[in-house]
Amino acid sequence: MRILVAVKRVPMTGGTIVLTPDARAIATQHLGFTISPHEECAVEEAVRLVEREGGESVVLTLGPPEAEEQLRDAMAVGIDRAIHLVTDEEEWDGQATAGAIVEAVRAEEASSGPFDLLLFGNESADAGGYQVGVRVAHALGLPCVTGLKGIEVRGRLVRCEQEVPGGRDVFEVPLPALLTVKEGLNLPRYPSVPGRMRARQRPIARHEPQRPPARLEKLRFVVPEGERKEAEILGRGPEAAPKVVELLDQLGLLR
Amino acid sequence: MSSLPPRARAVVIGAGIVGSSVAYHLCRLGWDGVVLLDKGPLPNPGGSTGHASNFIFPVDHSKEMTQLTLDSVRQYEELGVFTRSGGIEVARTEERMQELTRRIASAKAWGVEPVSLLSPAEVKELVPYLDERVILGGFFTPGVGVVDSLQAGTLMRERMVAAGGLVVSPRTEVVGIEVERGRIRAVRTTAGDVETPVLVVACGVWSPRLARMAGASIPLTPAVHQMIDIGPVPRFERCTRAIEFPIVRDMDRNMYERQDGTSLEIGSYAHRPILHDPDEIPSLEEAALSPTELPFTQEDFAPQLEDALELMPEIVGDESVGIKYAINGLLSLTPDGMPILGETPEVRGLWSAAAVWVKEGPGVGRAVAEWMVEGESEIDLHSSDVSRFHEHQKTRSHVKARAAEGFNKTYGIVHPFEQWSSNREVRLSPFYERERELGAVFFEAAGWERPQWYESNASLLEEYGDRVTRREAEWDARWWSPIINAEHLAMRDRAAIFDLSAFAIFDVTGPGALDTLQQVSLRQMDVPLGRVVYTPWLTPSGGFRSDLTIMRLGDEHFRVVTGGAHGMADRKWLSDHLPENGSAQLADLTSAWCTLGLWGPRARDILASLTSDDVSHEGFPFATCRTIEVGPLRVLASRISYVGDLGWELYVPIEQGARLWDLVWEAGRPHGLVAAGIGVYGTTGRLEKCYRAYGAELESEYTVVEAGMAPPRVKDEDFVGKEAHLRHREEEPAAILCTLTVDDHASASGVRRYPLGREPILTRAGEPIVDAKGRRSYVTSAGAGPSVGKHILMAYLPPEQAVVGQELAVEYFGERYPVTVAVAGSTPLFDPENSRIRA
Repeated sequence: MRILVAVKRVPMTGGTIVLTPDARAIATQHLGFTISPHEECAVEEAVRLVEREGGESVVLTLGPPEAEEQLRDAMAVGIDRAIHLVTDEEEWDGQATAGAIVEAVRAEEASSGPFDLLLFGNESADAGGYQVGVRVAHALGLPCVTGLKGIEVRGRLVRCEQEVPGGRDVFEVPLPALLTVKEGLNLPRYPSVPGRMRARQRPIARHEPQRPPARLEKLRFVVPEGERKEAEILGRGPEAAPKVVELLDQLGLLR
Repeated sequence: MSSLPPRARAVVIGAGIVGSSVAYHLCRLGWDGVVLLDKGPLPNPGGSTGHASNFIFPVDHSKEMTQLTLDSVRQYEELGVFTRSGGIEVARTEERMQELTRRIASAKAWGVEPVSLLSPAEVKELVPYLDERVILGGFFTPGVGVVDSLQAGTLMRERMVAAGGLVVSPRTEVVGIEVERGRIRAVRTTAGDVETPVLVVACGVWSPRLARMAGASIPLTPAVHQMIDIGPVPRFERCTRAIEFPIVRDMDRNMYERQDGTSLEIGSYAHRPILHDPDEIPSLEEAALSPTELPFTQEDFAPQLEDALELMPEIVGDESVGIKYAINGLLSLTPDGMPILGETPEVRGLWSAAAVWVKEGPGVGRAVAEWMVEGESEIDLHSSDVSRFHEHQKTRSHVKARAAEGFNKTYGIVHPFEQWSSNREVRLSPFYERERELGAVFFEAAGWERPQWYESNASLLEEYGDRVTRREAEWDARWWSPIINAEHLAMRDRAAIFDLSAFAIFDVTGPGALDTLQQVSLRQMDVPLGRVVYTPWLTPSGGFRSDLTIMRLGDEHFRVVTGGAHGMADRKWLSDHLPENGSAQLADLTSAWCTLGLWGPRARDILASLTSDDVSHEGFPFATCRTIEVGPLRVLASRISYVGDLGWELYVPIEQGARLWDLVWEAGRPHGLVAAGIGVYGTTGRLEKCYRAYGAELESEYTVVEAGMAPPRVKDEDFVGKEAHLRHREEEPAAILCTLTVDDHASASGVRRYPLGREPILTRAGEPIVDAKGRRSYVTSAGAGPSVGKHILMAYLPPEQAVVGQELAVEYFGERYPVTVAVAGSTPLFDPENSRIRA
């Protein structure tokens, strides 16, 4: 199988999100960067599928030069090689991003053969546009199923489980297909040290796509009023035990 | 949030291990109404304690650090949070194996035992997942352990809150510090204001910010220490305890590896120095993990992964073992690698307990609390004293340059005389250009560039031939030159000039000047005008606070001259003892005066040729000073000597220094004058004369009687430490400062070796020597005595060993060399009648 996984470099937030003074970006001077959590699951799924079925996995990102870090992260857990669509500081909207990826996929398929599966995150952790995967599928004329929490390849078919309120919808589509996935699809592995070291040696193909004129303009971000996290002390020592049990039961963890 | 009391005996800011420990010991020592604040939550407020690796290797080449660490281990054990694991420092190089034998020596000198050297196979037995083929051996300290530092802090706080002496207030941020007439008055917080005369900054990487709020300086920088955690390790899943294997320090790679439950923690000091600014640390709210756990920078750690893989392939190379946690943890670095402790020189009542790591946290807490409550600590903290910094050493640029330079030496093999290479040439004496022309090799003292020796004196080597000892071992000869010994002999034969401009110089003036100096000095200061007095300054318990000379220049005018290295601490001590009523003033004239030393049998002839003033022995007696005319210059000449020869210290305003040098140099040439470096002044000259040095022989842990420096009678006037000193005179001293000479330098390989100082003194059978106060005997200073043809060591010995002719041994790089006590007490080895200085 040949699988392409598309990932995005996003800030790793943990605490309060702070915006830049013009409110058009997240202030990142204290933040690390990561692959969007949905896409981490896409990477893991690709690695597992290739481990099981054989073939090759390729990770692709569109982002600044620093996004190489995320490509190496993906390769550290087992992706074979990477394509980096290197951008400058400018903002790329969903349509422009999708356009560049489509071109890169076509070029890649022309040189190395067609992909059987293209995995995208359902939406990015920062912009949350829900656009790119669907647009790429449409442009490439591929079947597309979104928001997946289960994927099973059966020959030339792929069985997809989509989470919906109250249950799951199940689809079967033929390969090649483009799927967008969500966190919870699997439990991504940690990279091993040898994996990290191998990732440093793996190849990255770099291209500099031209950004089309923006058709979507970002004005500003607004940080939503967050819920205040309040810690409640349930008790100290053995006396706390009954309350802990009660709480675990409430959370459904004791069933 | 607890409500704060309106007034407190002391407020401690920072509830990490250091602040919690300071607060705990303040209460334990009897202070009531202590408040402990932290802007973060408890038990983990988000500082460096919260992500510390928490292991403790007690052996350090610094006595002060070792003592603080040993005391910390005792406290952690008493709190029940210490788990003994043992620790091994492994060597990958021959040079490191040598260094490990030096660490064994330090362990013996400071009393850390047992310790041993292990073969690679023995290391493998203790750490079966290590590849013994990449190492040459290891230094095993069974007493190494891991602590729960957060729990230790919690227990300390709980005990004192329960006892009623302590109020703890988390989530309370300091927003202002009120200083009135140079003293702390109050601290303003988000939970209200507290009036307090004493404020302790124990804020780790944030300390510089807090100090600045009060107008003081705590010169440290936050720096990154990278750490990763890999697991689960199959081998560790069988472990029944959190720590079953010794901690490994991969010294040559600046890394460590330790088991932590089912994980292996790998830490590094090998990456590029990554320094941050205290003002740019994220807030608790902004931080993804905690403010001091910054995002991991992968590329900095890449070479370390390979090193770890090489040493521990079984675990690190296991594809199933994942990197679960990786941080750039912030810790504090200082320009000289030592903590920053004590009352700030800028603001009375503002104390620093900063740049302290988990391994020495509780010990520092106790020592600082003792210092606050009792006026001094049991452990001498002079190397950690916040008042040690000179102004230029407090700048961001200096702190960053030196911290960056020091970072990769965390596990480094650092020579005792190793010089810094960054931020040099900050303080230049007016003689500097002349010295450069003479090929001076400059060492740094308090930021001054001082010639250690002059390459242009290489010609003297021929003149003195075999009388100058050559050193065969590279280590012994590093930061050293045989030229030093040749300069020494030229001084003894003819005369030498010395650049002493690094002296710190303070004038004390006013009607209260005499009383002030009487109060701090052991010796009588009510002396005739023009007298020079060499005197110890004592701590309240009668140990050494300093030793220095004081000139009486007028009825109400004294000039204090002290070594540059310790000058700023002396200044604080002196200014702390100025009368409240303003009747005496202190002026720091260090940068106004330069000093040229001129000593040797021809010194008088040289000076006499330059002046019409009477410089005869009768006309200008020893231990006197006066202003004389030297050509067109008015020179303050002081007839004393730290090298044991006839001569003077010559003081002129700094802009006239170059002229003074030229005059003396020209006048001296017919007499065979040489320029000599501090290698002579600070080591060979003084050691032959058994002159003591502060920070080496003279520390607060030793008394004037033990140092052999008690005056024949004690003055009637009161002075700091008098009561204790009177008591010490009545007691049998527990130790006596002795001068020893090395009998045989030959090592097993036949190479002659020369100890450099801080080595253990042992019996000939190799047993450590311990005095009645539990102090080990070690070499306080070491160096050549070219005129006596011996290598000289000084050491405190118990009275039964302090006998001339007593045969002992010194351990140096794993071998014992025979030594003999040459002098017990202060009688000089060279010229015991002092006929030269009184010529």
